[in-house]
Amino acid sequence: MKLLLDAGSGGRASMRLINDIFVKHFDNDILAKMDDAALLHMSSPIAMSTDSYTVSPLFFPGGDIGTLAVHGTVNDVAMLGARPKYLSCAFILEEGLELEVLEKIVISMSSALSEAGVKIVTGDTKVVPKGACDQIFINTTGIGEIIPPTCSLGSPSGHNAKEGDVILLSGSMGDHGLTVMAARDNLSFVSDIASDSASLNHMIERLMLEVGDIHVLRDPTRGGVATTLNEIAEQSCVRCTLFEDRLPVKENVRAGASLLGLDPLYLANEGKLLCIVPKDKMQQALEIMRADEKGKDAVCIGEVSALPSSKTDNQSGNNTGHEKTGQVVLVTLMGGKRLLNMLEGAPLPRIC
Amino acid sequence: MDFSHSFHDAAMCKALLAKLDMQLQKYGKEIRFMEVCGTHTVSIFQSGLRSLLPSGLIHLSGPGCPVCVTHDAEVATFIQLAEKENVIIATFGDLIRVPAPDGRSLKHAQANGARVQIVYSPLDAIQIAKENPQSDVVFLGVGFETTAPAIAGALLTAKKMGLNNFSVFSCHKLVPPALHALMGSSDTLIDSSAESASSARIDAFLLPGHVALILGLEPFKFIAEKYKCPAIVAGFEPADIIHALYSIVEQKIAGVPEVVNGYKRAVDDAGNPAARAILDKVFSVCDTQWRGLGLIPQSGLAIRGEFADFDAKVRYDIQLVETKPLPGCKCGDVLSGKINPSECPLFGKRCTPQNPTGPCMVSTEGSCAAWYNYQGIILD
Repeated sequence: MKLLLDAGSGGRASMRLINDIFVKHFDNDILAKMDDAALLHMSSPIAMSTDSYTVSPLFFPGGDIGTLAVHGTVNDVAMLGARPKYLSCAFILEEGLELEVLEKIVISMSSALSEAGVKIVTGDTKVVPKGACDQIFINTTGIGEIIPPTCSLGSPSGHNAKEGDVILLSGSMGDHGLTVMAARDNLSFVSDIASDSASLNHMIERLMLEVGDIHVLRDPTRGGVATTLNEIAEQSCVRCTLFEDRLPVKENVRAGASLLGLDPLYLANEGKLLCIVPKDKMQQALEIMRADEKGKDAVCIGEVSALPSSKTDNQSGNNTGHEKTGQVVLVTLMGGKRLLNMLEGAPLPRIC
Repeated sequence: MDFSHSFHDAAMCKALLAKLDMQLQKYGKEIRFMEVCGTHTVSIFQSGLRSLLPSGLIHLSGPGCPVCVTHDAEVATFIQLAEKENVIIATFGDLIRVPAPDGRSLKHAQANGARVQIVYSPLDAIQIAKENPQSDVVFLGVGFETTAPAIAGALLTAKKMGLNNFSVFSCHKLVPPALHALMGSSDTLIDSSAESASSARIDAFLLPGHVALILGLEPFKFIAEKYKCPAIVAGFEPADIIHALYSIVEQKIAGVPEVVNGYKRAVDDAGNPAARAILDKVFSVCDTQWRGLGLIPQSGLAIRGEFADFDAKVRYDIQLVETKPLPGCKCGDVLSGKINPSECPLFGKRCTPQNPTGPCMVSTEGSCAAWYNYQGIILD
């Protein structure tokens, strides 16, 4: 059955859609009250994050737009060293959308929610005329309780990377980015890969409670590990050095990306985290990450050091154009060095 | 054997580099080598090889990036075509951010409602034409001898299918005539920016493996014969490149310049005659403008008259507009090995990957973009 504009009218058709699909699958006592807002009881400082989700195709190996909308926001909240508790969820639906498709997405959101231990407590639905959106857009906003930090720097933040810290990554890079690209463009030479879409809040809770001294937590989503580390390096005014021989990339992702001229360091992840801790906490943090199925391939990929004193001169004293306050350097397999810069936009496949 | 890993093997590459260094010391002079392939550019920077090369080996990145050498008049035409009613542009991905002289790119046209689709193969463009019988699909034929055969194949397919809503805007460039031009032969380069290029010193060439796969060695032999310059067809993994450089130094020591095949696991000395036949069937050689280098005679591919129905130049009566040289831009000097990107006064200031002024900054494979992205300031 196809979705009609009526379903967004606020009348009976809207009520049917809300009850038959959203309330049915997101079932919880707070949502069921159906008041204008959700009543929440929280005692600690709160972390809050919002994100809107659009993806083509809607379904891809390893997930769909619904799992992304849950995992993405849950992870963003958790990266502040918080325990995500509640989400809001707003749907923008295109007239003519198959209701079966919508329900399938809502069901997978529901199982992602229960796995993360998070509830959708308020929501909204709009139906727009055909062509005004691409099937379905989802916005989720999440809030969570800050886990009291034991670190003197406070809760994890991109500003807290310090000289002597190590950079840990919870698993392989680029799975999500390449999977979606392959599904969107029917790339037959890319096979056997799946998105890593997953919520990481349980792993983060253990890291916060047991290691405590966590300087930075970030999920390397769009732009990948290289972009996220550039953000951290700039915020913290440090140099991050990565070692290519330690970077975890699945063989088929490496091969597929290579054929397209793409670098897995810049491909999106949806179930990975970067964790920066003092070196003496590395082992403990890695053990906690590896104990979780989603972090079983966690490794130390690099280290943090002070920026070189002269940031604007290169060897020959020429103009380098780099006036930034942080940088990411890769030590290659061969032992050479190169910069990992931020990309201008999405990575584009090359001509040859 | 996993080729992709073994040719990256750190221990082997280090051993090869040590041998290369010894050999270079034996030669005792500086060698300025030029690669003319975007994949080589990226590989040399990306693998970190550039930071490990002996100081006497100077890497020059020539006109090997197909996006960079696509002339601004051609790019301006891409946008004009995209803005035509009922046209769908099908293009390789890295063309869509290339700025025309007015600063606009296909991305901007897209934002204004133009239909621009990224494809991975010209056959995808044919598929788009089949699926959109009410629209005219124009494929932007950009690239060297490497991509041209597939595009010729697509044209033949379109003709066989009787597809009447598909055409190709051929902007192809040929590598050997450009090398001729670079070697400073006064009869080859015509415009003024190219004239200054002729004074650059190039001691050896790393020839593009992909192009040689099609052409074989023959079209490159003039490099050794006429210009007494060693040239070696090289693969793209770090070990391939180091091996090729070693062979260059050996030739320099022996004093016998040759054109040799250092990529035998992929390239046949005779190239790929079938691919050349299909090229010849669909295209004829023509003069063409290179961005940064100017007009180079007999260095382009035009679609033959019998395929005029599929030639966007004919279908849309395309006349390339005159474009002014970009003030201050030294891309011509960079492409011809006269200066390093960082010696250009615009580099990193007015000209960045975010806001490119010159052609070498527009594609990730461009000499300036690679320099900016990979080299920067890490050499402390």
